[in-house]
Formats: sequence, C-alpha cells, structure tokens
Amino acid sequence: MSVALHMPVLQVVVPLLSAPLAVLARRGSLPFMFTTAAAWFAFATSIALWMEVEHGAVLSYFIGSWPAPWGIEYRVDRLSALFLLLVSGLAAVVLPYSRRSIQAEIPREQHYLFYALFSLCLAGLLGITVTADAFNIFVFLEIASLSTYVMIALGRDRRALVASYQYLVMGTIGATFFVIGVGLLYLMTGTLNLPDMAERLAAERHTRPVLAALAFITVGLSLKLALFPLHQWLPNAYTYAPSAVTAFLAGTATKVSLYVLVRFYYSVFGESLVFRHLPLPEIMLLLSLAAMFVASGIAIFQRDFKKLLAWSSIGQIGYITLGLSFDTVTGLTASLVNLFNQAVTKCGLFLLLGGAVIVAGGSTLERLAGLGRTMPLTSFGIVIGGLGLIGVPGTAGFISKWYLVLAALERGEWWLVFAVLLSSLLAVAYVWRFVEAAYFRPAPPGRPPRREAPASLLIPAWLMIAASVYFGLDTSVTVGSASGAAEMLIGVKK
Amino acid sequence: MIIDLPPGLLLLGAGLLAPLVPVRMRAAFLLLAPAAEFVQLLSLAPGMTLRSEVFGFALEWVRVDRLSLAFGYIFAIAALLNVIFAWHLRSRLEPSAAMVYAGAAMAAVFAGDLLTLFLYWELTAVAAVLVIWARGSERAFRAGFRYIVVQLASGMLLAAGAALRYAETGSLAFGAIGLDQAGGVLLLLAFGVKCAFPFLHNWLQDAYPEATVTGTVVLSAFTTKLGIYALARSFPGTEMLIWIGTAMAAFPIFYAVIENDLRRVLAYSMNNQLGFMVVGVGLGTEMSLNGTVAHAFADILFKGLLFMSMGAVLFRTGTVNGTNLGGLYKSMPWTAGFCIIGAASISAFPLFSGFVTKSLIMTATAADGRLLEWLILLFASAGVFHHAGIKIPYFAFFAHDAGIRCKEAPANMLIAMGLAAALCVGIGVFPGLFYSILPFAVAYEPYTASHVVAQLQLLVFSALAFAVLMRTGIYPQELRSVNLDFDWLYRRAAFCAVQRATTFTSGCIHRLGAILSHAAAWMLAQGERRTSAGQFMADGGSTRGMALWVMVMLVSYLVLYYI
Repeated sequence: MSVALHMPVLQVVVPLLSAPLAVLARRGSLPFMFTTAAAWFAFATSIALWMEVEHGAVLSYFIGSWPAPWGIEYRVDRLSALFLLLVSGLAAVVLPYSRRSIQAEIPREQHYLFYALFSLCLAGLLGITVTADAFNIFVFLEIASLSTYVMIALGRDRRALVASYQYLVMGTIGATFFVIGVGLLYLMTGTLNLPDMAERLAAERHTRPVLAALAFITVGLSLKLALFPLHQWLPNAYTYAPSAVTAFLAGTATKVSLYVLVRFYYSVFGESLVFRHLPLPEIMLLLSLAAMFVASGIAIFQRDFKKLLAWSSIGQIGYITLGLSFDTVTGLTASLVNLFNQAVTKCGLFLLLGGAVIVAGGSTLERLAGLGRTMPLTSFGIVIGGLGLIGVPGTAGFISKWYLVLAALERGEWWLVFAVLLSSLLAVAYVWRFVEAAYFRPAPPGRPPRREAPASLLIPAWLMIAASVYFGLDTSVTVGSASGAAEMLIGVKK
Repeated sequence: MIIDLPPGLLLLGAGLLAPLVPVRMRAAFLLLAPAAEFVQLLSLAPGMTLRSEVFGFALEWVRVDRLSLAFGYIFAIAALLNVIFAWHLRSRLEPSAAMVYAGAAMAAVFAGDLLTLFLYWELTAVAAVLVIWARGSERAFRAGFRYIVVQLASGMLLAAGAALRYAETGSLAFGAIGLDQAGGVLLLLAFGVKCAFPFLHNWLQDAYPEATVTGTVVLSAFTTKLGIYALARSFPGTEMLIWIGTAMAAFPIFYAVIENDLRRVLAYSMNNQLGFMVVGVGLGTEMSLNGTVAHAFADILFKGLLFMSMGAVLFRTGTVNGTNLGGLYKSMPWTAGFCIIGAASISAFPLFSGFVTKSLIMTATAADGRLLEWLILLFASAGVFHHAGIKIPYFAFFAHDAGIRCKEAPANMLIAMGLAAALCVGIGVFPGLFYSILPFAVAYEPYTASHVVAQLQLLVFSALAFAVLMRTGIYPQELRSVNLDFDWLYRRAAFCAVQRATTFTSGCIHRLGAILSHAAAWMLAQGERRTSAGQFMADGGSTRGMALWVMVMLVSYLVLYYI
C-alpha cells in the first residue's frame, strides 16, 4: 500500500496542513474539526508505526527520495515510536477537551488561532520526534516553541503575557544554544544526518569543538526540558496558560526535549564519550537530586494549585534525568517509563483542574476549598492522579519509581533509593495540600452547592486518569517499549 | 494444591460492594463475608499455594501454613465481631472501610512474597485511616494524618527492603530473613513500625483513641497483629527482639497509670502486650513462637472486648475520661461484667485466656535461662493487672459515683461483647483445643498447682498494692493533662526544622539568583549607558537572572569537559 509507506511523513504533514486550513475556515466549528481530525489521524498513524517497529524494525523514509546523507531522512525506531504515541495520543485527548474549555478562557474571535497554533505545535513536536536530521530538529523545535509562546499568551490572566515573554526569551536562548551545538557538529563532520554524523564523529570524539557542541546542546536542551536550575520559566508559563494548553505542554513539550537529549547522547555522541569520559553523569545526578528535593519542597508551599503542579513537574523531571544519569538499560528504561507515566498523569491532572477552574473561578487552594463536596468526580480524579505522583502501588507512578529503585540498586547505590523514597514523602505533602483544601475545608461562600464540570471536560480528563491507573497495572506497553528502546540505544554502541 | 480465591478477597469485595447495598441490609450483608471467609479458611490445608508471574517476578499470592492459618482464623473472627458490634451504624464509609481493612490484613497474612505483602500492607494503611477519619472531628483528622504518614513510611521501608533483598538474593520470598544483610534491617524497621517498637510506637496511642466508638475496636485487631505475624515469619530467634520486647512490655506501664483517657490507657496496654509477643519472636523456640501466636490470638479477643466495653461507655455517656466516670455498674451491669471478663483475661487470671497464652512465653523465657528478662516481664505482668485489670473497670464502673445514669449498651454491642467474652473464657477453660491450632505441637500444661498459685500470688499482691496506694492517696490522680511522649520530638521539633530548611534552601537559590541578576544588572547598566538601548524589561530582573543561570551552566559544563 502506497499510503502506508508514507506514514512517517504524513504524521507531520497532516497537522502542519490543518493549521492554514483552520485559519482559512476561521469561523464556526470547522477549525476545531480540522485540528481534531489531524490529531486523530496522527494518533492512528503513530499506533500503526508503533506496531510496525515494535519488534525492532527501523523505518527510514527519504523525503523526495533523496538518499540519506544528502536528503532529509525521517526515521522511526522504537524510541521515536514511543514518543510519537505519547504526543499524538495526548493531542487526541486534549483537543476534544479544548473545545469547551477555551470557550471559557479565550475570546471567541481568537478560537481559530488557538486551533491553528495547536496544529503547528503538534506538527513541530511530531517532527522533532520523527526526523533524523539535526537541522530539521531545530526547525521543528522552533515551530513548536513559537506556537507555544503564543498559546501561552492567549491565557486570560494578564500575567500570561509576561510568562510567555520570559519563556520566549529563555526558549530562544535554548534553541540558539542547540543550533550552535549543531553548527559545531556540522563543522566537524560535514553532515546533518544523525546516523551519518555518529559514524563520522567516531574519529573526532575528543576534539574541543565536539566537547563544546556537547556542552551547548546539553545546556540548550536542559533549558527546554526545565532541568534544575534552568527551570525558572516553567512555573509561570504553566500557571497562566489556558488549561488545555498547560495540559498538552506538561505532557509533551519538556518530554520531547528530553527525547532529543537522549537521541543526541546515545545515537550521536555515543554513550562512551558522554557517560564514561566526561563528568556529565555526576553533574546530571546532582542536578536531578536538587530538582527532586528543592522543586518538590517549593511545591509544598504554593498557594496556587496549578503552580504547585508546575513545580511538581520540575521535581518529576528530576526523576527522569536521574534514571538517564545511570547509563544502564534499567536506568534508561526507568527514565522513559517515568516520562511516559508522568506525562499521562500530569496531563490528566491539569485537565481535571481546568474543569475545576471554570466552575470554581480560580486555581488557588482557597478557591478549591470544599471541592470534594461540590465537585466529587473532579476532586476524586485529582486525588487518584496525586497518588500517581506519589507513586502509590496500583498507579503508573509506582511502576516508574519501582524501576528507578531497581536501577539504583543495580548500581549498588542504595542511598539513592532512600533519596527517591524521601522525595516521595515531599510529594505526599504537596498532594495533601489539595486533599486538605478539597475535603476538609468548607467551600467559599457563593459557590453553587453541587455542580460538576461539563461532561465534555470530565470525560477526556478521566480518560487520562484511567490511563494512569491502567499503566500502573498493565505495563506491557510502557515497560515493554521503554526497555526495548533502552536496549536498542545502549546495545548500538556496544 | 491450588487455591481458586485468595483468602481475604471475600472481605475486600464485600467491603467495596457494601456502600451499594441498601442501608437496612448492609450489616447483614457484611456479616456474611467473614462467615463465608471462615468457612473458606476451614477448607484450606497447609501447603496450598497460588503462584503466578507478574512484571517478570514470580509472585506467590497465597501461601497456606499453620502460622498463616492461625492468624487467618482470628482475623475472620475479629471481622465478624466487629460487624456485630457496629450493627447500629448507618454510615456508608466506616463499615466498608473496616471490612476492606480486615480483608487487606487477612490477604497480607497469606501473602507468600514481599511484593504481595507490600500491596496489602499499604492497603491496610489506607483503609485504616478512613476508619479513623470516619469520626469526623478535627482531632481525629489530624491524628489520622499523622497515622497515614507513619504507615506509608513503613510501607516505603518495606518496599525499599524488598528491593534491596531482591538485589542481594534475587528472591522476593517472604520467609525467614534475618539481619545479616541491609535488606533485612529495613524490613525489620518496616515491621517494627507496625508492631509499635519503642520510639516507633506513638502513632498507636495517638490515633486509636481518636477513632469512633466502633472504629477503635476495628483498629485494635489488625495492624499491630499483622506486624507481629510478619515479625514471627521473618525474624524468629533474633536476639535483639528479646530486649526490644521487654522494653516494650515495661515502659508503657508508667504512661498507662497516669493517663486519663481510658481508651488511651488501653492503647498503652496494647503496646505492653505486643512486647510479650515480640519477646516470643525473639526467643524463637517452638514454644515461644506458639506463645506469640497464641497471645496475639487471645489479645485480639480480650483487647477487642475491653475496647468494646469502653466504646459502649463512650457511646452511652459521651466520655471515657477516668475523671468524669464512675459508678456506671448500676446503669450498665452487663457491660461492666464483660469488661471485667476482659480485664481478667488480660491480667492472666486462671481460667481466662491470658493465663494459658502468656504463660507459654513466660515459660519459654525461663527455659532459655534468661532471668533478668523474665523478671522484667513478671513486673510487666503485674503492671498489666494494675492498669488494665483494675484501673479500667474500677474507674469506669466503680470508684466514686459520678452520677451518670444512662441506658445499658445496645443489644448488638452486648452480643458482640458476649461472644468475645465467651471466647476468652472458652480458651482459658479448654486450652487443649485452642493449642491444637498453633503452628507447633504443644506439650505444655498450664494448670499445674505451682503455676496457678504463683500467678494468684502475683495478682493478689498487685491488687494489694493498688488498694494501699488508693487508700493512702499516693496513687497518681487522674488529671486532665497531656503526657509528653517521644512523638513530641518529631511532631514539633522536626516539623519546624523541615520548614526552616526548605524555606532556607529556596531562599538561598532566590538570593543567589538575585545576587547574580544584580551583577548582571550592573553590567547591563554599563552596557546600556554606552548603547543607550533603553529599558530591558519592566518585570523586575528575573529574566536576566534566568539567562545568567544559563551562562553559569554553560561555563561550568565547558570547564568540566575541558579539564
């Protein structure tokens, strides 16, 4: 079948095309339909791709039939398939949610812009994941980032503008650093195709430009993925963006940046350079620990629940990079599983919170007081998601922590096990803030006695929460793909 | 032999379904579950098992042997008594949470590997805290919160211990473990929290008295006994436990004597009884382990009975403070009678259950040639009689008449207390039948002349001491006071420390950022003056601070790479 052959590129092209279509249609529900259809198409395609590469096959697609080192190659392996699945899956759930959600948050005449930007962002994120061309990654990174800045600025609160501006400055610095790194690599190898670059780098490994490239790419991407202490743009951006945007970004933007980092470390620079000859794992370990403790500690003292969740995301990123810093198959598996589960759980939490904000009129803990009685389904969902953040057995969060602990033990570093468990206690504390507000405080006066969020918001949100429980019970998809990807990445260079 | 349905799941399922059952039939519905569970237990035989492979681990969901069966029986009986005692409840939450709690505890007892154990271990904690919160008061809420934190910490220790153990030995089996590896130490700590080891014990006295009339009875049965079971399974013959146990048996006596809340007195006395069981595990002989199991079995019954009687008093009068009560025997004669049976059992009067169970541990201690420990346990036994055997019934039902006139306890409570009392007496009178369910064969005859006489001497002198102290007015007055225990250290001091540390760290980061951004501002100002580029940004200097962090990171990476 000829269409099936073009799946890797259609994955990106269809959302990219739906953006101008949304702008052209402008009024009515057509922009929504185009974007949703594109996202669902991307999701269906990514499932098909995932099934195709599940047993270790690698799909290569050459744009315009130009062969690899000259033309642009799109490449789907087990790692990218997992991320395609994640990004398009979240988009497919968030979009139906956004229809009702943005009615409350964005003026009607700007709706078509939201959908156009969402399509662009989705196309960018999928493009980053699927392409095997270093400069192409940068282009898609910019497409995704620029549309993200505008989507954040669409937020109702005026502080969204400042948050978006700060993110713009920081994001641009990050992207610039990344492109400087890519430029240095191009200088040394004369190629932009990642597998080709990896081959040619083998001879140049320890030259200074390569090391500088590594440093620029590491810092640039650390900024994008909000690794402590480069996380400072994130709390405000997540807090003031529209709910649907926050939910989508929390599950995808930082995660895709981590994908690029993993890709460059393992498929370009090579494990032996990054993890054996340089002090990078030690630095990453320290920063991860700092993120786990400082960010989670700060989260406890937040008064705005949306900001609290944002800080918790920074803490959770610490777990993800901690697994990465181990440089073992188990560690990388833990890192990827963590990333996947965390994306699903956080997305569900932000979706539920979005519904609560519409009804309760704000996301501060005072506003959310008594939510357990007035919006039982929403608050119960948030509690389950919160249990996932803590890592209670039966939720996806438990699986992530379990593998992280296994990876730490495998290296004999049992003090890290304590660190992980101790930081889970911090998560207990910040999740508790919500439980206390929702279940043990009276509702503020003026709130309708019992009103749930509309079903069009509840259903997608609960779908994510249910998924976060499902992945805590059946791990064949997450752990299976993640360990497959980890074995592929670490096995390649051995 | 393969088992179709793991024990405990019947209770769990019934607890989860109960809120859907109409309120009139709920109690009857809940009563069926422990009854059916008991029948299922009778059909099990040692050696049965249920295994499967999950996440690549070989899990043993069910392992039946004589040790787990003995605990299974008593958990089913306790669940049954609890349903009867709580028959009058109309609440949706409490009876179901209690049933889930019982089911989880039973399933944990039959778990054959540490991962399964961990799952149910956490479930007991979550279900139990719901039982505590069912009281709905501010104090109960706070106590419950402290309870869940401690219990989840125990769960995390268990998980960490299991993971370490898996790394060390490659097996998750929940069998004899010992302390020769780090995993074992963590597991001992995890179990120790549930058993309320000294310094890890405060959650017990803190939370149990804050639950409802019925909730406290439920709580007293399962959590600590699950801890004892786990200890007996994994650490028999661990020398250290003998000393931990004797300390546990001795120190709560003093607290129990000065405490005013009679349910809290019972909570301290619970700690003391657990001490005896821990000593039994520490000795690790067949006789002492039999003693531990037997005493746990009996303790669930008589401690449950005592908590039930105090619960009935609280239900009718609204208080269980020693200072406010007295003379209730006129209003509640049956409750008083059952309370005395419970008191006699815990004090180990001949013909009551404590006599035939505690003596197994005492005799095993003596047989091991441990004179000092034996003497301390003897002192503890006298103390038990003092605070639980005399103080509880005396202050509640006799002493000075406080003038309270109320109705006798409701019929369902009397039936539950009557059944428990009958079991206490039954075990005491026919020890042979009871001994036959213990893990090892028993060749011990409790009713020898010397044993009976020695025990009566002990009890009579203890009673004499109480009488003399009361007469002369030396006995500590019941005061409405708060007694400081070890938990002050972590409830006040540690909390403040954590708060300070977090504020300090985040403050440092912000200040460092501020210093850096000031430095940057100065440099920018110099640059701006030359280029007259104008205002950089209205919103403070935070974007500059962030950008500066990026530079710091880049430079440090480069320096470190080039070295």
